[in-house]
Amino acid sequence: MSILSGKKVIIIGDRDGIPGPAIEECAKTAGAEVVFSSTECFV
Amino acid sequence: MDLENQKRVKEFAEQYGPENIVVLLGAAEGEASGLAAETVTAGDPTFAGPLTGVSLGLTVYHICEPEIKAEVDEQVYEDQISMMEMVLDVDDIVNEMSSIREQYCKYL
Amino acid sequence: MNSVIKGAGYVLVHAPDMVLHAGTTQTTEKIVNPDSEYLKELPNHIRSYEDVVAYMPNQTYIGNMTPEELAEHEQPWVGKNMENAQRYGKFGEIMPQDEFLVLMQVCDVFELVYLDKEFVSATKDKLAADPVIGEDIMAKVAEGIDGAEIKRLVDEEHAEPLYHMGNLVGCVKRAHDVDVNLSAHVMFENIACKASSVLALLHAVKAAGIDKADVEYVIDCAEEACGDMNQRGGGNFAKAAAEVAGLVNASGSDLRGFCAAPAHAMIEAASLVKAGSYKTVIVTAGGCTAKLGMNGKDHVKKGLPAIEDVLGGFAVVISANDGVNPEINLDMLGRHCVGTGSAPQNVIGSLVAAPLAKGGLKITDVDKYSPEMQNPDITKPAGAGDVPLANYKMIGALAVKNGELDKKELASFPAKHGLVGWAPTQGHIPSGAPYIGFAREDILAGKINRAMIIGKGSLFLGRMTNLFDGVSFTIQPNSGAQAEEGVSEEKVKGLIAKAMKEFAETLMADADAE
Repeated sequence: MSILSGKKVIIIGDRDGIPGPAIEECAKTAGAEVVFSSTECFV
Repeated sequence: MDLENQKRVKEFAEQYGPENIVVLLGAAEGEASGLAAETVTAGDPTFAGPLTGVSLGLTVYHICEPEIKAEVDEQVYEDQISMMEMVLDVDDIVNEMSSIREQYCKYL
Repeated sequence: MNSVIKGAGYVLVHAPDMVLHAGTTQTTEKIVNPDSEYLKELPNHIRSYEDVVAYMPNQTYIGNMTPEELAEHEQPWVGKNMENAQRYGKFGEIMPQDEFLVLMQVCDVFELVYLDKEFVSATKDKLAADPVIGEDIMAKVAEGIDGAEIKRLVDEEHAEPLYHMGNLVGCVKRAHDVDVNLSAHVMFENIACKASSVLALLHAVKAAGIDKADVEYVIDCAEEACGDMNQRGGGNFAKAAAEVAGLVNASGSDLRGFCAAPAHAMIEAASLVKAGSYKTVIVTAGGCTAKLGMNGKDHVKKGLPAIEDVLGGFAVVISANDGVNPEINLDMLGRHCVGTGSAPQNVIGSLVAAPLAKGGLKITDVDKYSPEMQNPDITKPAGAGDVPLANYKMIGALAVKNGELDKKELASFPAKHGLVGWAPTQGHIPSGAPYIGFAREDILAGKINRAMIIGKGSLFLGRMTNLFDGVSFTIQPNSGAQAEEGVSEEKVKGLIAKAMKEFAETLMADADAE
């Protein structure tokens, strides 16, 4: 069963890992609706 | 997790229903991934934010986990993530994420 | 003709009481969770000044230890104090909090900072003994007021308290009754930023061996904003700090861009000098009190000291080509553009591979990269990993992708082309800038041929754009070309002699260390 398809996706990216917008691009191709995308910064 | 982000996660869970939400993380290593995952499932382990004591049990994955990679368009994944996949300790991230999901996710 | 890097100053300020009272992690916790275990436990994790001075990454920051020497010590470095550590280094110093509070008072020109007179009399002579603090600065030290009056200002007039070793020793008054931009807290942050910038400017002038009157322009690239309710970020930290530092012929302005700002400012300064607009420009930045103890919760939880206990500052002197000092190459600038995207490979591509391609160079042609030089002692326990190492892995991975590096060599790429991180998490301070002083020396000594400084910034934190940002530039040996005026043969000989002397001193220090 698909994890992302048809789901509302919340993205918590990381400045020193994968930033939010990059994850957003990916999630969209899996049929998810991105409702929130943010990037955290620990430095 | 940032307090504002916790607030937004809580609001979206109320608005759309926790069973309809998937949280995707991009944290830089295993422990940070685990803490963020714990925050949106069991509640904020640092007792600081709006999710303190709130067990949403949301479905949560790291973007580098194989289950998610399999669902994303191959070329887009290559363009956006592949280089960081080489840099991050993906095994450590997968271990932490799986452990949190097994314990706290309610909608798998 | 390319501009040159004439010298750099690097300063740290030990700020233990500011960790407790001004760091946003702590001030936020006091609001949302006032009885928390963390707040009770944190005071037991504050380091002494001696421990802060002896901490190897700090000694590296002020130039008493090279990054290569630091790398020889196994991580984590916390708890492994350096023997014979010194307050002063060839790039700057680690100032204790009490002296810094007096310097803050000196930097206040609106009668906002008040110190206890007993505290002032006990501290004044210590500050006066600092070799970069001149009589002009000491003349601005006020006598101070009664402790009881300070308590009244804090209790009744919304003044921001200033503590030292747990005692109330002063306060910063609000500069306006209504305007939040001039509140006591904002004034405290801004004056601390200004004072640490002043200290960095003084050390940079000394390190570069220039006359204060030679400086024509100052660019401040810190992360604070000064202004009032009608122009919240009006400025101008640069000129305000230049005034206290005695740079009488300087004007200046502020450049902002989160952690990418120092690299932006260096490019701007090098361009202004190359264009002939100004002959000598200093890029400067003071520290950020809000970030003190930022990851304190993780450090305390893991039984570590609250390592984010210093304010950072730096200043770099850029001047017209003297035929000796390393040059900033403006023909190979890296730029993260609006359309670049935020995928890490695009970011690194735009900042590293693209500019090198302009000069017909490969990733492996750069001897040392200086991206974000955060100290891993701080970031690893906080879950942010080893930031410089992650950057080197990304750069190496890109080189592999571009066919410039064999995959077998990827593992050794970070050690060969990189450095370990030694900078405190003061936002803009770690971003490329900490290596500029060493890069200048290593190029002068012929140890390396080319260094790339990379600044990256999280613009999204300002909630104006989701975009990331970054710029980069390379530093290379002097081509021998000289500015048409102002540099005599004698002066060049003098500069060469100075460079040789510095090199010899480094060798001797190396020999001593062995």
